[in-house]
Amino acid sequence: MSARPLPPAAMLRDAGLSALVALGLFVVLIGLKLTPTDAGMVLEQRWRALAIVVATVFVGRLLMLQWRVWRPASAPTPRVLAEALQRSGRWVAPLLLVVAVVLPLFSGRYVIDVGILVLTYVMLGWGLNIVVGLAGLLDLGYVAFYAVGAYSYALFSTTFHFGFWVTLPVAGLLAACWGVILGFPVLRLRGDYLAIVTLAFGEIIRVVLINWTSFTGGPNGVSDIPRPTLFGLKFNGSGDPDTFAVFFGVDYSITQRIMFLYYVILGLALLTNWVSLRLRRLPLGRAWEALREDEIACRALGIDVTVTKLTAFAIGATFGGFAGAFFATRQGFVSPESFTFTESALVLAIVVLGGLGSQLGVALAALVMIGGTEALRFVNDLLSSLGIQSDFDFTQYRMLVFGIALVVVMVMRPRGLVSGRVPSVALGQRTEIAAELVAQGRG
Amino acid sequence: MLAGFGITSVPLALAIALIASCAIAALYGWTVERVAYRPLRGSFRLAPLISAIGMSIVLQNFVQVSQGARDLNLQPMIPGGFEVMRENGFIVQLSWMQVVITVVTLALLTLFTWLVTRTPLGRAMRACEQDLKMAGLLGIDTNRTISLTFVIGAILATVAGMLFLLYYGSINFFIGFSAGVKAFTAAVLGGIGSLPGAVLGGLAIGLIESFWSGYASVPYKNVAAFSVLVIVLIFMPSGLLGRADIEKV
Repeated sequence: MSARPLPPAAMLRDAGLSALVALGLFVVLIGLKLTPTDAGMVLEQRWRALAIVVATVFVGRLLMLQWRVWRPASAPTPRVLAEALQRSGRWVAPLLLVVAVVLPLFSGRYVIDVGILVLTYVMLGWGLNIVVGLAGLLDLGYVAFYAVGAYSYALFSTTFHFGFWVTLPVAGLLAACWGVILGFPVLRLRGDYLAIVTLAFGEIIRVVLINWTSFTGGPNGVSDIPRPTLFGLKFNGSGDPDTFAVFFGVDYSITQRIMFLYYVILGLALLTNWVSLRLRRLPLGRAWEALREDEIACRALGIDVTVTKLTAFAIGATFGGFAGAFFATRQGFVSPESFTFTESALVLAIVVLGGLGSQLGVALAALVMIGGTEALRFVNDLLSSLGIQSDFDFTQYRMLVFGIALVVVMVMRPRGLVSGRVPSVALGQRTEIAAELVAQGRG
Repeated sequence: MLAGFGITSVPLALAIALIASCAIAALYGWTVERVAYRPLRGSFRLAPLISAIGMSIVLQNFVQVSQGARDLNLQPMIPGGFEVMRENGFIVQLSWMQVVITVVTLALLTLFTWLVTRTPLGRAMRACEQDLKMAGLLGIDTNRTISLTFVIGAILATVAGMLFLLYYGSINFFIGFSAGVKAFTAAVLGGIGSLPGAVLGGLAIGLIESFWSGYASVPYKNVAAFSVLVIVLIFMPSGLLGRADIEKV
């Protein structure tokens, strides 16, 4: 639907007001900069940057107002787009899977490394998706379970010399226990309370990891974590009979280990996906989706809300723990620095941008966000290799962009960029479900 | 935050800095509400929360990018103090800064209590908290009320931020994080929606943290504060002075 065109004067006034607000917002924080030096504070003035920002806001607002007029009435609505994506999802998902499987065979070490990183976040995203996307419980401390998994593997392997495959389930189990421990106090809480408590929980875990030096190594972390093995075959160039290279009679190269790690995380991620897809078809999964839409209705229907919430936390945490154990074995080193709130926010951003509840969406969002960050780093390297000295560090702006993306997606397309929410189980024709659609009589 | 240079008189500089930063923060509060909250009223349950998290990430990282990640230090502006008592060679001192903090807090508390309980705006705020739709039907400009609430909240946070800077002499872009969680802890401990409760909760959190730092361990003081939050939520979800939350359908 097109808006009525505003007279030019009104448009200019509106844009002018926006620019004025921007000026007020940014005059101190962009216009001035204090830098601490040895000789005291140095005040830097950046009026040019301020002028650019304010002008951008002015022009941007004008364009936005004009867009409302120009936008064709027949533009595809988000819903049509979502349906198109849903249909294309049928071949996009298998295509992505094939690409993911054959990727390491045709690419170098750097690409595989990035692939491992992306897959780790895909797995974390799918894990958190169970809690946030399916059960509708906003968990801001997801990284705590990641940390529990990582430290479980790190400590078990360095203290008791347990192998990766033995410790992996243990790490998952421990993370699940912590999920339940977190779940209990928050059972009775509404959304915003829940979010803050999970946030505090994540902080508690991190602070304990930093300060319990005798157990966790404190800020120095745990190092020399053993690498995973393939049925007892190690990946190193020592020439021992129990190494991969000697057993299969091939020359040793470091790529073999990286490729092995890549397939391990691919397998773990697919396991997460498979389990959550299966769970969605179980009564438990249906209870999660019902809980997400309306807790009171759930209680009225006799669903045990306690068990439903706790299992969501526990299962989500388990996959976080798996991912953490993998992280520890890939890095060979863990420290509390890796488990800050930023990490939780990043995973949450992936889930939200992908569309709460959509498996394919989460995978695409992780690919775009993590791969995109790497691409930005690549652009930076390219610029400096061309001799263009730019002190513009793209990666510094990463979290800023993610934060803006969170707000914009919530305002423009609260159901995420990809997902239209379709119930896992339906009688007859599947229609989009959402509490607010029902409230509007469209459900 | 940064203003007040070129002016030699300390009280005048502080007053100008306070007014300027309050004005800017008020503008931020208004803009944030307008951009990240208002469009989401009536959206699904998690939307405003996620948007709020996004906004806090944006603001924090914006300050980090524009002002750098390093600590900014400030010379003590209100030095000195006086001796309260002396016994067995131990001196109990109260600095002027501590006096200022107490006085400012009490003054704001009085003002705020009056605002919420006695003024039309306060009544409108309480009405919006209870039932937004009904408040709108009864002729309250809900948008204006919520905007003003955000502005007031931002101003209060600014005053707290200035006191923090003056007392500790060092700030960075990340100070808001644990302060925010602790403020929330205090509010939950006291009972959400109860002003005296918030004061009581704040006092309790501060005392618990100080005693914990004094008698147990300093590094774990945040853990102590956050654990209080968890324990309160398990055993007294409505806080010390709050009323039980009855959810209506």
